[in-house]
Amino acid sequence: MPALATHPAPAEPAPSAPSNGGVRVRVRGVRRTFAGGVRALDGIDLDIAPGEFVALLGPSGCGKSTLLRLVAGLDRADAGSVEVDGAGSAGGIPLAAFVFQDAHLLPWRTVLTNVALPLELRGVPEAARLAEARAAIEQVGLTDAVDRRPAELSGGMRMRASLARALVTRPRLLMLDEPFAALDELTRQRLDDQLRALWLARGMTVLFVTHSITEAAYLADRALVFSPRPARVVADRRVDLPRERGPRTRTDGAFVRETRALFDALEQGGA
Amino acid sequence: MRPLRALPLLPPLVALALLLALWELAARALHIPAYLLPPPSAVALAGWADAGPLLSAAAFTARAALTGFALSAVLGVLVAVALASSRILERALYPYTVFLQTVPIIAVAPLLVLWFGAGFRAIAVSALIVSVFPVIANTLSGLRSVDPALRDLFRLYGATRAATLLKLELPSAIPSIVTGLRVAAGLAVIGTIVGEFVAGYAEDAAGLGITVMAANRQLRTDLLFAAVIAASLLGLAIFGVVNLAGHLLLRRWHPSEKG
Repeated sequence: MPALATHPAPAEPAPSAPSNGGVRVRVRGVRRTFAGGVRALDGIDLDIAPGEFVALLGPSGCGKSTLLRLVAGLDRADAGSVEVDGAGSAGGIPLAAFVFQDAHLLPWRTVLTNVALPLELRGVPEAARLAEARAAIEQVGLTDAVDRRPAELSGGMRMRASLARALVTRPRLLMLDEPFAALDELTRQRLDDQLRALWLARGMTVLFVTHSITEAAYLADRALVFSPRPARVVADRRVDLPRERGPRTRTDGAFVRETRALFDALEQGGA
Repeated sequence: MRPLRALPLLPPLVALALLLALWELAARALHIPAYLLPPPSAVALAGWADAGPLLSAAAFTARAALTGFALSAVLGVLVAVALASSRILERALYPYTVFLQTVPIIAVAPLLVLWFGAGFRAIAVSALIVSVFPVIANTLSGLRSVDPALRDLFRLYGATRAATLLKLELPSAIPSIVTGLRVAAGLAVIGTIVGEFVAGYAEDAAGLGITVMAANRQLRTDLLFAAVIAASLLGLAIFGVVNLAGHLLLRRWHPSEKG
């Protein structure tokens, strides 16, 4: 829908979010208590429409990462249900990808073979998976570094390689757990832009965990604001900004209004 | 201190030369009997005079030590992989691998002669028993300390057990395995010499351990020293090869081999 780019029209309502490549995520009454009695989640409900870009915003340690891990199938809930595309959690299902807080690349592999890893694990033949990996690497602008190893990359480049590794499977659900939190501000904004552009191009469902209000407002079309532990959804806000966003968006009056609204929601939630 | 940086070997060599000179002077000035402490010059002469037999003894010891070391490397890694595959297995069996480390090899060696016969096989097994534990322990700790996020990633992408082992766990454990092998290198030579003391009297087995015992009986302390030095050099050589292999494997990605 590139036509929208020329019309920085006021934000669209919920149902018109791009839905071609995404999957639905439904969470019902999910509870998770860790050994030692720490209650991370105590009855959470979520409804994410296919193709939505949703920021999960909350104070550090509130349990939002736990929620993401449950959706990914990396952890199991004590009670409640998680449905991705009508089935169980996303673990092992070829439609999901996960980006961690740090890049977590295999240090003995080059960027190219790191990015190709998910396809390798699924048995895609070498020529095909390397071609896909090169395409994904190009999309994150890392072509110059294909043959380098992680130790030879900057933090931002490592994170982009990690993003390419997530994209290489053409996921219909992309989960990111504070992925750019450790990067400097400029690099982070550049990666935010890249991620947003990739989402516009592919239309997958994105769940983006962050504790940064500005990042949530800038990236997402919908922000779920969480309270401190055990996490509850204290606000479910549609981010009222144009689909196409850029450096100017950050100084826009509407952007300031959105960040203030999210800030207030966080405050009211007790953060 | 630029000259020091240019010649990293200089300080230890100077220290060695000083030590040898002191030893030579002391042995001569104090008239220490040669059977108690021969001067370095006498050790060198004995080593030169008996170079042939020393070399063939060293060759035998090297063969036995390398065989025991190779067995240690292969069995140690295999055992560690098996133990890492299940908590129950690890809990049931790990205490007995510690037993390998504490067993007094000199006391068990006669048993090895009973089981494997005197000679090469018993000696190599002695080297194995002495050197395998550090390989097991280090490999196991390497396999256990794989980045949990990478485990999650492999799980998310539906990796098989074998793929996780070969593409994640073993490569992650390589630095630890190399550390274990470094320790095992020296221990394998020690295990070989001890094995030769007990099991080395077979005709085909005349290693440095036998040279040491024979020299001792004849009060040829100079030859004894020469044999001991040869054994140490052998351990050092195996250690050096392991170090080099580790460096080549890790230099591209592991911080321990950078710079």
